[in-house]
Amino acid sequence: MNYMKIIKQVTVFLQNETGRLEELTQIFGENSINISAISIAEAAEFGIARMIVDDYERAVEKLKEKEFSVHLVDVLCVETPDEAGALHHILKKLASAGINVSYMYGYSNNGVAPMIMKVNDTDRALAILNM
Amino acid sequence: MIWNETAECMELAQRRELQSRRLKDTVARVYQNVEFYRKKMQEIGVEPGDIQTIDDIVKLPFTTKQDLRDNYPFGLCAAPESQFVRIHASSGTTGKPTAVPYTRKDLETFSECVARCICSAGGTRKDIIQIAYGYGLFTGGLGLHDGATKLGAGVIPISGGNTRNQLTLMKDFKPTILACTPSYAMFLAESLAENGMSKEDLSLKVGIFGAEPWSKEMRKKIEEGLGLTAYDIYGLSEIMGPGVSASCNQQDGLHVAEDHFYPEILNPDTLEAVSDGTVGELVFTHLTKEAMPLLRYRTRDLSSITRSTCQCGRTTAKMGRILGRSDDMLIIRGVNVFPSQVESVLLEVPEVSANYVIIVDRQGTMDTVEVKVELDEKYVPDEMGELENIREKIRHKLNSVLRIGVKVTLAEHKTIQRSEGKAKRVLDKRHI
Repeated sequence: MNYMKIIKQVTVFLQNETGRLEELTQIFGENSINISAISIAEAAEFGIARMIVDDYERAVEKLKEKEFSVHLVDVLCVETPDEAGALHHILKKLASAGINVSYMYGYSNNGVAPMIMKVNDTDRALAILNM
Repeated sequence: MIWNETAECMELAQRRELQSRRLKDTVARVYQNVEFYRKKMQEIGVEPGDIQTIDDIVKLPFTTKQDLRDNYPFGLCAAPESQFVRIHASSGTTGKPTAVPYTRKDLETFSECVARCICSAGGTRKDIIQIAYGYGLFTGGLGLHDGATKLGAGVIPISGGNTRNQLTLMKDFKPTILACTPSYAMFLAESLAENGMSKEDLSLKVGIFGAEPWSKEMRKKIEEGLGLTAYDIYGLSEIMGPGVSASCNQQDGLHVAEDHFYPEILNPDTLEAVSDGTVGELVFTHLTKEAMPLLRYRTRDLSSITRSTCQCGRTTAKMGRILGRSDDMLIIRGVNVFPSQVESVLLEVPEVSANYVIIVDRQGTMDTVEVKVELDEKYVPDEMGELENIREKIRHKLNSVLRIGVKVTLAEHKTIQRSEGKAKRVLDKRHI
C-alpha cells in the first residue's frame, strides 16, 4: 500500500532573472523554513517555483511581506516504492479514471520515492488511488 | 526651383492681407454653415464681424480630433455633400475613423501644395516619381500622385509594400524620385543587397519622405543607402494630407503653405502663443478649404516656427522638425497608438493589474512594441499553460485593437516602476 495525502504546495511566480530565486531562498533561510521539494517551470521571461516546505503558512506570510507573488495549491503527495513500474502503476490508475496530471516532480532515495502531483481533481484522485 | 513664386515668395505685408481676407471668408462660411462652430463662437461671444485681420485668429475657438469624431462623418462640413469629390479618412485606430472630404477646389489646392513640395525638393516635370506611399483612404499615395501629375512628372503608382517589385521597377523604369515613409526608405536601402542590387543600379536623385518623425542620422543613412538627397514633407489628413509643409534645399525647416493653412505655435497647457523659435503645439487654421474648413485645429504635434526669408527665396514661415506629441500618442510603423487603448484592453483582463509599461524600440528599420504588464496580486498561476493562455489572450486583444503585432510580457506584481505623480507608461527607446 502506497502512502498518500493531499498537501499544500507554495507556488511563486518569478521573473526569470538573476538573483530572484536567491532572494526567495534567503527569506526561507532567515526564517528557518525548510524546503523538502522544489521544482521550477520556466519560460523566457518568467517562471513558476513550486515548493513543499515544513511551514507553508509562515512561508506565504514571509514571502508576501517581501512582495512575492505567492499562493498555496493543493497537490497530491504519493510515496511510491523505489522500484521499476511503481510510478506507472499509479499513473495507469489515474489515466483510466480520466484524471489528468498537469505536472509532477519527485526523487527516489532509500527505498521510497515521494512524488508530488498536480491533478485536475485532487479529492477524486486520492479516492481512486486508495481503492 | 520654386513652383509658385507669387504665393511662396510674397511680401509679408501682402501675405498678411491675403490671410486676413481669407480668414474672414472662412469664418463667415463656417458660422453660416456649421452648427458646431456657430454654437462654439456664440458660447464665447465671438461673431464673424469680430474677425478683421489674421491677428484676430486668437479670438476663435479651437478644434480637436475629438470634435471630428463627435461630428463623424460630415458634421463639420461647410459644403454640401454633393460637392464632395473625394473622401479620405484616418485609420480609426482609436475608435471611429475621422472622415475628411474634399471638393474639386480642395483637391486642386492639395495637388498645388504637393507640386510646390516636389519642386522644392528639386523635382521637375522631367522626373519620374516612384510613389511607395499607400494609396487609398490614407492621403499619402493619392496626394503625392496628384501633386506629381500637376507638376507634369511621370508617376509610378506602386503604393506601399512588395519590396522586391519596388526594387525591380526602380532598376528598370529608372525613377529619379522616391516618395515613401522614411522607415520604408531605410528598409528599401537595406533590401538592395539581398536582392542582388546596389545603389549604383538605381537612378534616384531625390527622396520625399514624411508621415513619420525621423532624425538627421536616419536622413544620412537613407541618403547613403539609396544614393539620393532626402527631403522632408509634412501633413495630416485633417488639414489636407502631405504638402502642408516641406523642406527646401537649405534643409533647415519646412516651408508652410501659409496662403492655405495658417500655422500657430501655442503652449499646449495655456494655449497662449509662444514666441518664434520656441517649441509648442502646432495649430492650423484653414484659409481656403471648402469641404471641411477647421478653425485652430490642434495637431498635438510639437514643433516651432521661424519667420525670416529663407536662402532659397521663399518668404513662408518654416516649421522645425516634429519633436514629439503634446498628448501621449505614439506612431508605430505609421500607426497611431495611444497608451489609453492598451490600458482599456488590460482592464478587461482580470488576471492582470492596470500597471503596465509600453516599450517601443526599433530593430533595424522595424518598430517593435512590448507591453509589459503585472499579474494581479490575487492571481498566481500554478501552471505554465495558464500563463501562456493569459499572455495569448492579451496579445490577441491588443493586436485586434491596435492593428499591429505586440509582444506581451508578464511581470510580477509591484515590479513595474511606480513614479510619483503621473505614471510613465511609455518607454520609447527609438532614436529618431
